[in-house]
Amino acid sequence: MTRLSRRTILAAAPSALVLATPFVARAKNYGPGVTDTEIKIGNTVPYSGPASSYGTIGKAQAAFWKMTNDQGGVNGRKINFISYDDGYTPPKTVEQIRKLVEQDQVLFTCATLGTPTNSAIWQYMNQKKVPHLFVATGATKWDDPKGHPWTMGWQPNYQSEGRIYATYIMKEKPDGKIGVLYQNDDFGKDYLKGLKDGLGDKAAKMIAVEASYETTDPTVDSQVVDMRAKGIDVFVNTAIPKFAAQAIRKAAEIQWKPLHVLASIGNSVAATLKPAGLENAKDLVSDFYLKDPTDVQWKDDAGYKEWVAFMDKYYPEGDKSDAGNVIGPCFGMTAVQVLKQCGDELTRENVMKQAASLKDFTVPMLLPGIKINTGPTDFAPIKQVQMGKFDGTQWRLFGPLIAGAVT
Amino acid sequence: MTPPEDIAAKEGLPFAAAPDLGPEAEVRVPTLGRIAYREIVVAAAVIVAALIPLAASSFVTFQLTQVMVYGLAILGLNLLTGFNGQFSLGHSAFYGIGAYTAAIMMSHWSVPYVLTLPAAGIVCFIVGVAFGLPALRLQGLYLALATFALAIAMPQILKFHPLENFTGGVQGIVIDKPDPPFGLPIDADQWLYYVTLIVILLMFTAAATLVRSRSGRAIMAIRDNPTAAAAMGVNTALYKTMTFGVSALYTGVAGALGAIVVQYVAPDSFSFLLSVSFLVGLVIGGVGSIPGCLVGGLFVLYVPNIAESISTGLAGAIYGVILLLVIFVVPTGTAGFARAAFARLTRARHS
Amino acid sequence: MELLLQQVMAGLANGAIYASMALAVVMIYQAIDHLNFAQGEMAMFSTFIAWQVMQWGQPYWVAFIVAVALSFVGGVLIERVLFRPIHDAPVLSNIVAFIALFSILNSGAGYIWDYTIKSFPSPFGHKPLLGAGLMDTHEAGMIGVTLAMLALLYLFFRGTRLGLAMRAAAANPESARLVGIRVGWMTALGWGMAAAIGAVAGMLIAPVVFLEPNMMLGVLLYGFAGAVLGGMTSPGGAVIGGFAVGVIENLAGTFIPYVGRELKLTIALILIVAVLMVRPSGLFGRRVVSRV
Repeated sequence: MTRLSRRTILAAAPSALVLATPFVARAKNYGPGVTDTEIKIGNTVPYSGPASSYGTIGKAQAAFWKMTNDQGGVNGRKINFISYDDGYTPPKTVEQIRKLVEQDQVLFTCATLGTPTNSAIWQYMNQKKVPHLFVATGATKWDDPKGHPWTMGWQPNYQSEGRIYATYIMKEKPDGKIGVLYQNDDFGKDYLKGLKDGLGDKAAKMIAVEASYETTDPTVDSQVVDMRAKGIDVFVNTAIPKFAAQAIRKAAEIQWKPLHVLASIGNSVAATLKPAGLENAKDLVSDFYLKDPTDVQWKDDAGYKEWVAFMDKYYPEGDKSDAGNVIGPCFGMTAVQVLKQCGDELTRENVMKQAASLKDFTVPMLLPGIKINTGPTDFAPIKQVQMGKFDGTQWRLFGPLIAGAVT
Repeated sequence: MTPPEDIAAKEGLPFAAAPDLGPEAEVRVPTLGRIAYREIVVAAAVIVAALIPLAASSFVTFQLTQVMVYGLAILGLNLLTGFNGQFSLGHSAFYGIGAYTAAIMMSHWSVPYVLTLPAAGIVCFIVGVAFGLPALRLQGLYLALATFALAIAMPQILKFHPLENFTGGVQGIVIDKPDPPFGLPIDADQWLYYVTLIVILLMFTAAATLVRSRSGRAIMAIRDNPTAAAAMGVNTALYKTMTFGVSALYTGVAGALGAIVVQYVAPDSFSFLLSVSFLVGLVIGGVGSIPGCLVGGLFVLYVPNIAESISTGLAGAIYGVILLLVIFVVPTGTAGFARAAFARLTRARHS
Repeated sequence: MELLLQQVMAGLANGAIYASMALAVVMIYQAIDHLNFAQGEMAMFSTFIAWQVMQWGQPYWVAFIVAVALSFVGGVLIERVLFRPIHDAPVLSNIVAFIALFSILNSGAGYIWDYTIKSFPSPFGHKPLLGAGLMDTHEAGMIGVTLAMLALLYLFFRGTRLGLAMRAAAANPESARLVGIRVGWMTALGWGMAAAIGAVAGMLIAPVVFLEPNMMLGVLLYGFAGAVLGGMTSPGGAVIGGFAVGVIENLAGTFIPYVGRELKLTIALILIVAVLMVRPSGLFGRRVVSRV
């Protein structure tokens, strides 16, 4: 009798953590925004204004939560995903976040988008002790468990990508003359810094041109022409798709063939390479952590098919060539894992604790082998990327998964 | 020449709407009674404003603080555009300079926040005058382009890397929210609300006094007919430059308050779109109306939220539609509308 | 030296973009006496219409003609429906209406066609023209079309009764009305023409910058600068102004050490404002003498 009951308890214990049966010793413990049937999650994204092209990330995440709810929610609770427009202006982000935290009383926020916008609420979230999870920006500062224990990034940071390019260039063209095209913006400068850090002492000697552009510039043709004239033979192109495509096309047009490294922010086949001309994009080198849905190599991949089915059913008006629609659901899936680990102890403290206890978690649209890992001193969920070279129709991944985390 | 006693009644009428005034001026409402009426309304409004934070949540208090801050910035633009007839698309730059002045003083030099407000005002006054001098030679669209250039240049300068040690570059500056002094039993949001309310009261009163003064008449005379104003001995260059300075001062103080309220400054907060927001607020509130600026502030803060609540995907388009509807219904802004309604009421009473 | 030549050429190529936009800006300014802030978005929307027609399988020139024709009609309709009713409202209210139109078109295009960039074909192709990639056939074609539009407009305004009537209606509506010109319709016609010119400009620009809802944001900015630099009253001046802005901006970005690239737009704008100090009505603009 006693043996039996002990065995029952032992067997029940692991599942109790997940399924949260009411008989577990650990009582239900709810933070703000949680009931027996619902969990509130907040989000801000620019749906209007000049950065509205990112709005689709919020819509894709909302579609993902709708699917989750249709499938029964998480541990029996439906997710109430509240996403507001901040127009990519920091004061508006502060207002909307305060609305989410103080009025809507969300349990945590997931994938608030943008570096300046998240910087504006960084202090607020940490003072209020609201989990500020998986911010949709690649700035390095989000991995700061000591100073900001309530904020966590998600994607590999731009600086570590810059370092990875540096390592690659030093191997391939140690005597190269480097030209960098970057957006005069937080991420552009982060890429540049990472590249410089990675090159170390050689940076000053190797980087011959640092050309910035503004998003209001019509073209970057002048920058490309300038680089060719100055004899650049390693071109690090960290531009967003529109300008990356212009640069690729212009380089081909003026018959300039440097070693062309393209940052992950602009390496989509449909969004960048097709408009630039696939033939012009041959031999480009880039790095990846997500599967590019427009790359034919994934057409039979299970994760890709699952994503297409999701898009068809829950976000049919969404553009399947937009990388934002890939990353949106990925944020959601990571949050689901956190909630599952939380079980019935849905307090802000526990959400943060579980977010910092992700072990070898993966989502279908991440490159094979890439694992999400976090810990009390590690708030950078994704650290690995893989290099790839474009063969004229698809990216050919090569080499091992590289971890270049900057902390 | 307008008789002085009508100036108060005429206070801040937009140029194109001026003909509407005719009947009202003929009615000759006793000036004293009119002013008393106005003061009662203002006093009631101030009392209500002072009570709001005690009843509202700290989030609403925070929103209303921002409304007042935008209202103050719009008042700055109004002094220049509405009263002096100089068009500006560059006020986001003055707002940004004010905000950065406050942020840099607070974060680098630990200056108390209260002192950053006059400092921001002075800095912006100097920049405004410096910009007003070349602007003297420009009119209309050409002035619009020059001020537009200022708005476009500001984020670039704030990002400019040699200045990064001061400006924080693209990452901006995070500042702390001031706590209420003397152990007052209110929270930081309520305290900031009252600070802003006091600043607003002082500066709105000052503006109202200015436009009724001799200088105010000169400023408006330049707007209505620069040549005639010059012929009557008004030093147009001096007044235009000074108006530019004062206008920048107002918007700069608003910027400093805005930085403290939001606790963060970054170059992207002060883009040209902010100037567009101010312009929209100015027109919706009423060109040349001082209380209208607060209506403009309400519009700037709340209408995007309303648009978003109707459709997230089409938030921008719905905002545009709302804007068009307002312009169709009240082409001269809410102040023009209120004035016309008031004129009709008084006419009915006196006939 | 080679770099200088290259940058001047690249500047002229960019300048052609600004010049075509500046031309449309000045056109509508002549017709309605206001600066149309939504001009760029109208051009973008027209270009999307052409793109959509091509997606439906029609050849380029069919799409081109459809887009220009629809834009003309659209321009007339916008004037009749949106701007006629607020014709007597203050100038600033009109400007706010432009801002509203801007917001509607920009957000609407994003909603209908998404934000990923789309390539847009050029009737001239992208072949190198002057060796070493100084300028390609499309850029040369763009310059040619802009100059041709300018010539046609000149002939239209100087040589036809309708053109004369439009000028009269814009310059002095009261007198024009007295001699029997239907001023309201002249204004609407001006809108239609400006929209059509904008459509052509958009379809010339899209092959260079790629088609997306925000493609005209920067272009319009530089187009305004070009138009103001040249003088708002002079279509020829606007075209020259547009080219000048392109060249100035490129040279500033390339040759001013240290600050050039990061602040090139600022520098270009400062130069333009400096020019305006000397010539307050633009390089080729008429000085408007106000009567007392």
